[in-house]
Amino acid sequence: MLGAGRVRVRDAAPGWLGAWLERASPWIFLAPGAAIVLLFSLFPLVLSLYFSLVRLEFAPGGFRLAFVGLDNYAKLIVGVDREEFVGVLAGPSPAGWAAWGLAAAGLGWWLARSARTVSGRGLLARAALAAVSAAGVWLAVRTLAPHGRPGSLVVTLIYVAVGVGAEYVLGLGLALLCAQRIPGRRFFRVVFLLPMMITPVGVAYLFRMLTDTSKGPFYPLWKALGLVNFSWVNDPWGARAAVLVGDIWQWTPFMFIVLLAALESQSTEPVEAAVADGASAWQVFRHITFPAILPVSSTLVLIRMIEAFKIVDLPNVLTSGGPGTATESLTLHAYVIWRALDIGGSAAIAYLLLLIVTVAAVSYVHLVHRRAVGAA
Amino acid sequence: MTRRHARPRPIPAAARVATYLALGTWTFVVLFPLYWLAVTSLKNPIDVFSGPLYVPFVDFRPTLSAWRYIFVDLRNDTLRPYANTVIVATVSSVIALVAGSAAAYGLARFPYRPRVGAILLFAGSLAVAVVALSLNVPWPAAALGAAALGAGAWRAARARFRRAASNEDIAFWMISQRILPPVAVVIPVYVLFQRLHLLDTRTALVITYVASNLPIVVWLMRDYFRSLPVELEECAAVDGASRYRIFWSIVLPPSAPGLVATFLFVLVFAWNEYLFALFLTSARAQTLPLTIAAQNATRGPQWWYMSVLILIMIVPVIAMAVALERYMARGLLVGAVKG
Repeated sequence: MLGAGRVRVRDAAPGWLGAWLERASPWIFLAPGAAIVLLFSLFPLVLSLYFSLVRLEFAPGGFRLAFVGLDNYAKLIVGVDREEFVGVLAGPSPAGWAAWGLAAAGLGWWLARSARTVSGRGLLARAALAAVSAAGVWLAVRTLAPHGRPGSLVVTLIYVAVGVGAEYVLGLGLALLCAQRIPGRRFFRVVFLLPMMITPVGVAYLFRMLTDTSKGPFYPLWKALGLVNFSWVNDPWGARAAVLVGDIWQWTPFMFIVLLAALESQSTEPVEAAVADGASAWQVFRHITFPAILPVSSTLVLIRMIEAFKIVDLPNVLTSGGPGTATESLTLHAYVIWRALDIGGSAAIAYLLLLIVTVAAVSYVHLVHRRAVGAA
Repeated sequence: MTRRHARPRPIPAAARVATYLALGTWTFVVLFPLYWLAVTSLKNPIDVFSGPLYVPFVDFRPTLSAWRYIFVDLRNDTLRPYANTVIVATVSSVIALVAGSAAAYGLARFPYRPRVGAILLFAGSLAVAVVALSLNVPWPAAALGAAALGAGAWRAARARFRRAASNEDIAFWMISQRILPPVAVVIPVYVLFQRLHLLDTRTALVITYVASNLPIVVWLMRDYFRSLPVELEECAAVDGASRYRIFWSIVLPPSAPGLVATFLFVLVFAWNEYLFALFLTSARAQTLPLTIAAQNATRGPQWWYMSVLILIMIVPVIAMAVALERYMARGLLVGAVKG
């Protein structure tokens, strides 16, 4: 069942042990790593699924796990935890209606277009994705409306979309600036790398100090704006913004450093030829530079997207999820519930998060990433 | 500003000024928080609470009392988490790097065709063991029973298993483990270590970090190994070198930049990790991120102590990052291009 290496090898001193070691070498290389990953993915996943179907009950002499079926999931989506998980729904505002209409029209157009090129299971998967996205936008529109309140699900999606988008744009801008042959580049690239090295807990406390409007370093600025008594962490959107600023501050370097390396490994001839032909700087970027770094960009966005869904340290320390539950991410929500000994509910959130990340990552790979990598 | 980048030399003066303005702004954005951290660590509580004071010796009289408190009064409560962080991060990164690059080399060079049936069977036996464990069967019995069950089923059905997975499938599966949110695995991991009596030990953290960082190593190093020419290895094989010998003395030396970048990357992840440490440790094995979070006492956050702790925590990684910055960019790029 194992294909041996393409090259037949004779060991210098082939005892029976040496011969066996040689024959088994492919599996000896792979097995330790595969075994560790297998144990750590399969075992917890199975057990977690089981936990998400039970409830911890105190019984005489300790506790027991009572099987409750899908109750934990139902509780999150339609039951008592709905306000914290999904949010408070309200009638959409006119702007909300417009956004929803625009999104629905876009998805419909996309589906109609793909109906001509793909068929069968692929089309079915796309239709399902379109339905899920439409539902997501509908949810966002209704919870973000004036009397609504977004739950941890919507808040996490906001963190991912805004955070990763801003990190990419900032990282790309800085990388383009640093890719020029200017004195002092080395200094800038080392400095810009620093935030990535700091523990997220530290970043969170740091930004708590910086966002303090009365004792923080920007007090003169707040005073000039008349915001001294305003507290970022007591205002829902202020607190979310603070979390996002911390996240962007920390992770822009990741985009920056890899994009800069990609820009520097790009060959200069096409750019020089285009400039000689009178292309504007924007045309050079649009038609030469950007296509060249598209595959790297796509991978970076994918990695950051996957990692961003797991955000927990920043909101936990910066705002403790507050005010109320305004800044709670899904992971933090699961942790808070676990601390309240609701193991089943916590596992159910974790499983839903896994489902969301998987759908997002797989759709991204199939619809965006393959095309971006193939284009180059 | 960004549009001017592609124009080769000479850069117009206006663009040059704009570039430095933008880069200078971001430098301020990056460095000012770090400066504030350093300044705060030199303040007395009264200086922190009396509003913003920016420059030591001018605005306020700097004091080392916070540093003294952390290093003298709290000595062991600081040094123990520090030692834990250093040990856990280094050991787990080394193990992840060794096991991960071996697996990555295997995936880059040998064709694997494991039967899908065999994998499912293995997963099934594992599930049986888990269920048995959660029903309070002692773990040796559960492990042996599941192994016997799996082996029996394999004997009975091996001829039926036809479909095989490819290297790409294995690599994708390993890399996709990064998708798993830690919170989805942390509770079972907690239960597992509780059963093994490993809660609040460095061993538990090392095992956890190895498992969560291994996929990164496989992902980065596989592409690195694939970018190396295979001819040299073939020559060595003809000369009678063993596979391990080839890996050790022909493949690894030219991969040093990739290994360094990958090591630094996983080290930073393990060094800064918070969620697993929060669940799996309480006192003895506590790491620095938890110590920092613990300075948020009932009397409110102790900013001056916190600043000291954050500073001593980031100095080693920043020193490494500055020294190895070039490797880091290149190593990550190879992985990101093929992805």
